[in-house]
Amino acid sequence: MRLFFRYCRMDIVTLLKERILILDGAMGTMIQRYTLEEEDFRGSVFQDRKGSLKGNNDLLNLTRPDIIFDIHKAYLEAGADIIETNTFSGTTIAQADYQLEDAVYQINLVGAQIAKKAALSFSDRPRFVAGSIGPTNRTASISPDVNNPGYRAVTFSDLSIAYAEQIRALMDGEVDILLIETVFDTLNAKAALYAAEQVFNERAITLPIMVSGTITDLSGRTLSGQTPEAFLISLEHIPLLSIGLNCALGSELMEPYLKTLSDRAPYAVSAHPNAGLPNAFGQYDETADLMRDKIKSFFEKGLVNIVGGCCGTTPEHIKAIATLAQQYKPRTWTP
Amino acid sequence: MERILRLSGLEPLVATRESNFVNVGERTNVTGSKAFLRLVREERFDEALAVAREQVEGGAQILDVNMDEAMIDGKTAMVTFLNLIAAEPEIARIPIMIDSSKWEIIEAGLQCLQGKGVVNSISLKEGEALFIHQAKHIKSMGAAMVVMAFDELGQADTYERRIEICSRSYHLLVEKAGVHPNDIIFDPNIFPVATGMEEHALNALDFFRATAWITQNLPGCHVSGGVSNVSFSFRGNNAVREAMHAVFLYHAIQHGMNMGIVNPTMLAVYTDIDPILLTYIEDVFFNRYPEATERLLEFADTVQQGAKEVASAEQWRGFDINHRIEHALVKGIDKHIEEDIAECLPLFEKPLQIIEGPLMAGMNVVGDLFGEGKMFLPQVVKSARVMKKAVAFLQPYIEADMDGQVQKAGKILMATVKGDVHDIGKNIVGVVLACNNYEIVDMGVMVPGNEIVARAMEEGCDIIGLSGLITPSLDEMVAVAAAMEEKKLSIPLLIGGATTSKVHTAVKIAPSYSGSVVYVPDASRAVTVAERLLGKESEPFEKEVRTEYEKVRLHHEQHSASKRLITIDLARANRLHLTFNEETVTQPKKVGVFSGNVEDLRDLIPYIDWSPFFRSWDLHGRYPNILEDEIVGAEAKKLLEEAMICLEEGRQKGWFTPRYCFGIFPAQSEGDDIYIYDEGRNKIIHRNIGLRQQTEKVQGQPNLCLSDFIAPIDGGVNDFLGCFVVTAGDVTSICREFEAQHDDFQSILLKAVADRLAEAMAEWLHEKVRQEFWAYEQESLLNEDLIAEKYRGIRPAPGYPACPDHFEKLGIFNLLNATDRLGVSLTESLAMEPASSVSGWYFAHPEAKYFGITGILPDQFQSVCSRRGVDPSVHKKWFSSILK
Repeated sequence: MRLFFRYCRMDIVTLLKERILILDGAMGTMIQRYTLEEEDFRGSVFQDRKGSLKGNNDLLNLTRPDIIFDIHKAYLEAGADIIETNTFSGTTIAQADYQLEDAVYQINLVGAQIAKKAALSFSDRPRFVAGSIGPTNRTASISPDVNNPGYRAVTFSDLSIAYAEQIRALMDGEVDILLIETVFDTLNAKAALYAAEQVFNERAITLPIMVSGTITDLSGRTLSGQTPEAFLISLEHIPLLSIGLNCALGSELMEPYLKTLSDRAPYAVSAHPNAGLPNAFGQYDETADLMRDKIKSFFEKGLVNIVGGCCGTTPEHIKAIATLAQQYKPRTWTP
Repeated sequence: MERILRLSGLEPLVATRESNFVNVGERTNVTGSKAFLRLVREERFDEALAVAREQVEGGAQILDVNMDEAMIDGKTAMVTFLNLIAAEPEIARIPIMIDSSKWEIIEAGLQCLQGKGVVNSISLKEGEALFIHQAKHIKSMGAAMVVMAFDELGQADTYERRIEICSRSYHLLVEKAGVHPNDIIFDPNIFPVATGMEEHALNALDFFRATAWITQNLPGCHVSGGVSNVSFSFRGNNAVREAMHAVFLYHAIQHGMNMGIVNPTMLAVYTDIDPILLTYIEDVFFNRYPEATERLLEFADTVQQGAKEVASAEQWRGFDINHRIEHALVKGIDKHIEEDIAECLPLFEKPLQIIEGPLMAGMNVVGDLFGEGKMFLPQVVKSARVMKKAVAFLQPYIEADMDGQVQKAGKILMATVKGDVHDIGKNIVGVVLACNNYEIVDMGVMVPGNEIVARAMEEGCDIIGLSGLITPSLDEMVAVAAAMEEKKLSIPLLIGGATTSKVHTAVKIAPSYSGSVVYVPDASRAVTVAERLLGKESEPFEKEVRTEYEKVRLHHEQHSASKRLITIDLARANRLHLTFNEETVTQPKKVGVFSGNVEDLRDLIPYIDWSPFFRSWDLHGRYPNILEDEIVGAEAKKLLEEAMICLEEGRQKGWFTPRYCFGIFPAQSEGDDIYIYDEGRNKIIHRNIGLRQQTEKVQGQPNLCLSDFIAPIDGGVNDFLGCFVVTAGDVTSICREFEAQHDDFQSILLKAVADRLAEAMAEWLHEKVRQEFWAYEQESLLNEDLIAEKYRGIRPAPGYPACPDHFEKLGIFNLLNATDRLGVSLTESLAMEPASSVSGWYFAHPEAKYFGITGILPDQFQSVCSRRGVDPSVHKKWFSSILK
């Protein structure tokens, strides 16, 4: 197993130079299709927990692993080279909302194992598992209290402790890559990278890291106010596998910011946009074909090495994108 | 490897070889800016942020933040300030430089930066292991680092040491710590040139050469430095300094320096520099010939400063009338105010409208600038002078107009309490309040409490403000508060003055009066406090003050409980035992009482310590460094100039009558007392009753009393004690003349100058005594050394920490017959009159040092009373501030 593990990591950089790799699509959108109830989330293990657990998608790793496995498999079948674990909110900070801090290790460990099992069931080509690390629900650079701008609801050290726990569990579950995504505050991402470096040192193993930021709106900045170039520079102290953007915007609106990164990044560039912007009901209605046609521009301009989908995307979207991607060469870069 | 600097705040900063020099903003630095320190210490973070914003607007590309100050919690201040900056997109736009010599502050600061900042600085000072560890951590936190040319042996000061240390640092960082060369910024130490010392001759050249070497041999890294250091020896001559900075920068950049700390307001345009000056500066920088420094120094004296200013000085006379009035008020120019007001008269229906219109508009601008910290107290007092003149000019017209009564913001009674003659601070507060439209009833100095209360009731005052400088005044203030309570007043009481404090106000004064009692730490706060007390929101403010003082009281109780006092017997057992022999006791050349005048006042100027002078004007910083302070420096310089003019005018017109007397007497100690004998040691002419420290000391630290510095009566060694009184003379009548001319500024200035003169005389006389009369000291000391008290012996003054007992002034005055000799008398509170006087004892033992007595127990007080033969119940008032 360890040998395979190492093989994967060495190989992914070579693969990235050969072709555009496909990342999977949304997990939440797929889970919604199952119309799950409180009981599904609760399972047998969390029967006695107080409060509602419905909506805590990460918990399904433990209570409905069958569904999560099926979703992973659907994306692998659609052509994903990299699937993301269902652990976006797998930190003690994010799980505090459900008072499930004590379940964090299991959520991540089992989440990684389910994805790994799904990936290993495909033997046609290497399929990679990226441990998904979300931003948590708190910002280290912004005060939640407008009247007290110096206040912080979370500190760098709170975050790095929580991230280190998540990363240890994901690595115990043998993920191939860490994906720090939906970065709305670069300081949160720096804490995640700091934690990753610490865990790598503890274990004398280094995993490739992907970072994906979120440009909130047409201001062209992250929630914490950085421009894409500042974002890139702020994270350059750690050698990354890729840097990119996801969420908030559809592919069309994301393109100019993606280009900024693509022009400058000394490593691979990724993008996993939403299926357009949400409609009045909060649903994403950009169809697979429509999204594919828009993403075509990324390929034509040679902006990306890894592409996938975020909110509103499904295996149909990924399949359409994967099919198109085969016709194009990946972006080239000089380290 | 290419040299590229890549940093980020909210926006990127990328500097390549083609880019210009990267400028670091340096005023958000508590070690470099006294004004910023004050803002941080007082937690005025809004204003501190304004300083940062100004830097960014002024073109700073990186913001240096330094919170290294013993008086503040640097770590908390750093985190608070960086978090607040993060909320200000205009500031957070640029990268932050975390500047600290404390690793824990650096670590805490790094945790607040989402962008890629810079740590300033690390070095090999404490060895390789720590250096590598710190560099690795900084790298993990995503920051670049400034590396000082400093190693285990010290700071690099030659070309060879600079390149040796930078080269070693570079290889350790790149090879051992994995730091990217682009993230290394060397600071190879810019040192002053033209200091007159031969070993400094190569300071600039060595820096240039080292910079070039680093640029060529250590690929990818950057070179930075603090440019203003180079011109340090030309402090006070900004024209030359500005030129030096420009020339230095020009050559440093040519040699490869690509970032640094430069104050843009202290930078000439290279091409505008006088070619001769340019050549002389370059001669010094490149050490072209041995006389280069001398040549530049000579030339520097001839460089006229501010030639441009003179040309444009009168331009404002061309402005429209409203702007002229505003300009006159903001700049404090009273020369044309009457003609300008006269010009206004036909323009307004009623003369009163001129006050309410253009004059108040101008004063509002002054008030705003003052509030923003862009104007300083001396300037505001000058503005008030202009305002007063304008109002005085209008007065007859307003009266003729009849219905004119100006609506005032409130009526405030000001007084210096009974027994105290000091009023500089009170007058400043009065003026500041007056120019904010308060009516001031100034009762002057030495005002008894019942008169204050009666006058306040009679006049219907809204606030009473009390001032005092000497310690007995503190009790007097409690008495006034009690008198106010007795007459059932409810108006607020403001407390200010040098010895007053928030703790004293909260613990001693506030409990005596049921109305509001507020401590006002400096003149600039007086207006805000008055506004809040008399405004619509007074109730919550009064409540807030009460709660705060309640906390202060509680804290004081807990704190004083923790500071244990021991019995006087134990304290005496732990006295200091000094050696008294030929080496430590010098037989004075002359014994007896001497007096005289200071023949030329100018002799005293080198002895003046100007720091307290600036403090009385709310300009904080030590002299002479304060003159170079970026924020208050210019104003301090101007004020000093005015003080020098006042001194010179006073000298010519005979305002000051500087006189002194002193005596040296045989003396021996017994226990805590010192016996002073006549010349033949036949009879005791005075017994000095000493106070001994009663605070619990750590092992090995004695409980001190002044008598410990005098040889004991039974030790077989004959010892001596001196005492002195000096006075600058009485300037009150001159001050009154100024006040009559509505020139409060000159009045306050003259008093402050007279005070400085008296202190300078005390220093001058002490030296004279040490060198000529007692004659145990040969060499002359520099003024800075005098102020730092680097000489042998002390001159403690009664009423100050080593001898808080004012009663001992009587002994000095009797021994010297000072009232007859000098015309200096003691008030009932034992304050000296005229106020510009200083008295004290001379102790000559080399081990004699200043110490403080902060508290004594009743056992010592009883002992003092019985030794002095006085009634404890009456004598108590002299000890109220220290008796626990």
